[in-house]
Amino acid sequence: METTNKIRVLIAKPGLDGHDKGAKIVALALRDAGYEVIYSGLHQTLDQIIQTAGQEAVDVIGLSIMSGAHLPICEKLIAMMKEQGLNEIRLTVGGVIPFQDIPKLKEMGVAAVFPGGTSFEEITKGMNSLIER
Amino acid sequence: MIRLIEDNDPNVFELLKELYSHAGHAFIIGITGSPGVGKSTLIDALISEFRKLDLMVAVIAVDPTSPFSGGAILGDRLRMQRHATDKGVFIRSMASRGQKGGLSRATKDAAIVLDAMGYEMIIIETVGAGQADFDITTLAHSTGIVTIPGTGDGIQAVKAGILETGDVFIVNKSDKPDADASVYELKMMISMRKPPNLKVTRETDWTPRVLKTIAQNGTGVKELANAFLSHFDFMKKNSLMDQKRKEQELLYFKTILKDLTLEKLLLFMETSEEYREVLKKIQSCAIDPLSAAELVFNKVCAFEKKLIKDEI
Amino acid sequence: MGVAKYIKDERGAIKEVVYQSGIKIKPAYGPEDLEKAGFTYDKDLGSPGEYPFTRSLHPQSYRSRAWTTRQYTGFGTPEETNERFKLMIANGQNGLNVAFDLPTQMGYDSDHPLAEGEVGRVGMAIDSLKDFETAFAGIPLDKIGSGLTINAVATIMMAMYQATAEKFGYKKEQISTTPQNDILKEMIGRGAWIFPVEHGVRLVGDSIEYAVKELPKSNPVSLCGYHIRESGATPAQEIAYAFEIAKAYIDNVVQRGIKPEDFVGRFSFNFNVYGNLWEQIAKFRAARKLWAKMLKNEYGVTEKKKLFLRGLFGGGGSGLTKEQPENNIMRGAYYALGAALSGAQTTALCSFDEAYTIPTPRSALLSLRTLEMLMDEVGLRDTVDPLAGSYFIETLTLEMEEKILEEMKKVQELGGMVQCISSGLIQRKVSSQAYEYEKGLQSGEYKKVGLTPGKTDNEAEQTDAGAVELHEYNEEWAKKSKANLKELRRARNDKEVTDSLKALEKAARGDENVMPYLVKCCHAYATVGEMAGVFRDTFGEWNEPEFY
Repeated sequence: METTNKIRVLIAKPGLDGHDKGAKIVALALRDAGYEVIYSGLHQTLDQIIQTAGQEAVDVIGLSIMSGAHLPICEKLIAMMKEQGLNEIRLTVGGVIPFQDIPKLKEMGVAAVFPGGTSFEEITKGMNSLIER
Repeated sequence: MIRLIEDNDPNVFELLKELYSHAGHAFIIGITGSPGVGKSTLIDALISEFRKLDLMVAVIAVDPTSPFSGGAILGDRLRMQRHATDKGVFIRSMASRGQKGGLSRATKDAAIVLDAMGYEMIIIETVGAGQADFDITTLAHSTGIVTIPGTGDGIQAVKAGILETGDVFIVNKSDKPDADASVYELKMMISMRKPPNLKVTRETDWTPRVLKTIAQNGTGVKELANAFLSHFDFMKKNSLMDQKRKEQELLYFKTILKDLTLEKLLLFMETSEEYREVLKKIQSCAIDPLSAAELVFNKVCAFEKKLIKDEI
Repeated sequence: MGVAKYIKDERGAIKEVVYQSGIKIKPAYGPEDLEKAGFTYDKDLGSPGEYPFTRSLHPQSYRSRAWTTRQYTGFGTPEETNERFKLMIANGQNGLNVAFDLPTQMGYDSDHPLAEGEVGRVGMAIDSLKDFETAFAGIPLDKIGSGLTINAVATIMMAMYQATAEKFGYKKEQISTTPQNDILKEMIGRGAWIFPVEHGVRLVGDSIEYAVKELPKSNPVSLCGYHIRESGATPAQEIAYAFEIAKAYIDNVVQRGIKPEDFVGRFSFNFNVYGNLWEQIAKFRAARKLWAKMLKNEYGVTEKKKLFLRGLFGGGGSGLTKEQPENNIMRGAYYALGAALSGAQTTALCSFDEAYTIPTPRSALLSLRTLEMLMDEVGLRDTVDPLAGSYFIETLTLEMEEKILEEMKKVQELGGMVQCISSGLIQRKVSSQAYEYEKGLQSGEYKKVGLTPGKTDNEAEQTDAGAVELHEYNEEWAKKSKANLKELRRARNDKEVTDSLKALEKAARGDENVMPYLVKCCHAYATVGEMAGVFRDTFGEWNEPEFY
């Protein structure tokens, strides 16, 4: 039988912000693009996100951040991912991300940034390009 | 590792063979029922109960793959997310990837991995049962069937043939009207059901429990955990556990065998020049389809001369 | 084209129009449409100020009083918020709409690990009564009403508002506060929930009961169809779900032996103005009528004023685009026009830069001026319900009424709102609708001016973003809050705190109303985190339903 690998993504909502429309519609769009999507639910601690990503063996974590706290959150999460040895998981971020913060996020080690308004096509293309298997 | 299983990675077979000898200690519980009956919430509460007893718990939550895109949203985990950081709990979502009944060999393989990792209770959540070759009862030691009052789920259960396979019946959301009626209905049907397995003698037959729960606030969940544990004890005392294992291992073996055979055949069909020749010959009427199939089959399943007993 | 579905022929002429609520629009309307729908003036409209209030709640409407404007204010420290409050009042604002930061909304103190990076970010940080004393210093609490954008811990903030007023020498009977306090809509849309559904509803019930008995000028609940709409509900669902949620709260309070007549008059609503202009106008007119009819027929409410659907029609956040943000200024003006033509009593407008940041003083002022223009310059105060009698508007209003009733019936058939939210059914429905709508926007099926379907123009975005002044997060806020908190914990009377929290726990565990106990806790300077902590321990936290 041929191998049947599917891209597995964890869509996660870190922190206290509860606006989950964006996260949910991206989850639906990724499902329709053939991904297996795990949705974390709201109010997740970074530790919960890390554990979930590990147990679910995802290829990509997609964080949805609307509160403006994307810089401190990503910085911390990347450090925790390194600590846990989750080096193969790519971190992507979406939500309310000002244009000028994108280079800062990339420098930190965020693999791709999809600010609000990015089309589904661009998101799937971007995610696909992160996975070279 | 489970990821490799899902992806049907070629290396996984060898790894699984190694792990197999470490497995066989876990108690596997199947939780099944229609969508919306509260399975995930119930499992969330069950995890808490088992953790109180200091048992290591793993959950495999199976969700259907979209037939259109091949993708899936694996959403059962949400209800259990508070256990995400508990080191004694491992939750894994799996997509059915087109398998009828929601379960595939991959689920069994994953259970072996978790078993070998030392998880003592493995809970498998799946929608529906009884429709596929490889359903929950061929995997679990104890099967819980979840219904809710007033939906006629009990009757549906009979129709779907799962009444025969349930060991514990759960009327969830039992604060709703008609809960007692549902319990009564289920009990009555159970009393009329045929012995599930003719090899099992009447004296040691387990009488399925019917329990009321309200998963949302934990009512009845302790009793439910106890029901599973006492079923476990019951099976052990009556050597039913070994018997069940043996039967399930035979089924597992047969499934693997079918998979391997099919895999070999598909590989041949996709890659072999010879096979393409055969197709052409059939089209030009040089050979009839029946004879052609026989030829290909004999070629693919080239019966080895060596005796199996010399290998074992 | 817009948020409705437009089917065109090959020459580009419109063949068919379908609104989001599912209503098909004809090329033209005439008297026959009203006749077919059985329209009569007395039954369907009534004179302005008369039952069923389709036209207006008051006979003179904007002639006697222009709408009240409320802009969402509050950020950073209570000191900064206080300055902003004073500025807004000096600019002519007659009510405050207070925003809280996420830790406060979620019942955590500023020094809680989960609050890290969030203190003061999207609203002001409140840890204890001390902070409220600072925020409301010098504000005449007997004259200015305050909307508090808070839900899961609304009971705590209501108690804190009362305690603050009492500290300043006002009587609780003088103050007017409107906490949002709509926990069920948080579960559908905005996500700031903490406790399980039934406990959330009980707290709402407690606050209503308390307001009925102790706070005669306060409005304990503001039902927010607004956020439900933002989450992906159609305009008809926005109203239907808000009404079904209202019924869940009413039922809880009625169980306590209080008559609907005694409290429904205190409910206010918050609805969205974003979408097709006509559909919005029909929605508001139908909503006023349906609410009055429902209260009268189902709950036996008789007093005229208590049948009023009062509230704020405004906002429109979902309609704004990130691309070419200045377009949002014009967009906002049209949304406001819709609100004015619908007879909105109170209004507010999202600032054009909302997609990027929380409003800056400049953008907030622009919104306020937009609203003023409608009332003072353009002529929206001239006559009451100017669109009444339009064949189109009246037919559409009747059709909208039907759609809303249809959506309400669906919820009832599935066991009511509490059940639908517990099972996640409504959440899944609005999410999948939001997804379909977004797909339509991206494919060009729905049109948004200034937005190229399926394409993000990063270069353009860079220049567009230049029009927006970013609101920088200030680390000092958290430092200051934490320092204040430390000092508070040192200075307050520990025994008083512990005793008041213990009493609160006892009330929460039983079925006593928690409100008086919360007021005592606030006076003792117990923190928001401590009070919410009592609820967390007693009620547990909500497990979100499955999403697929």
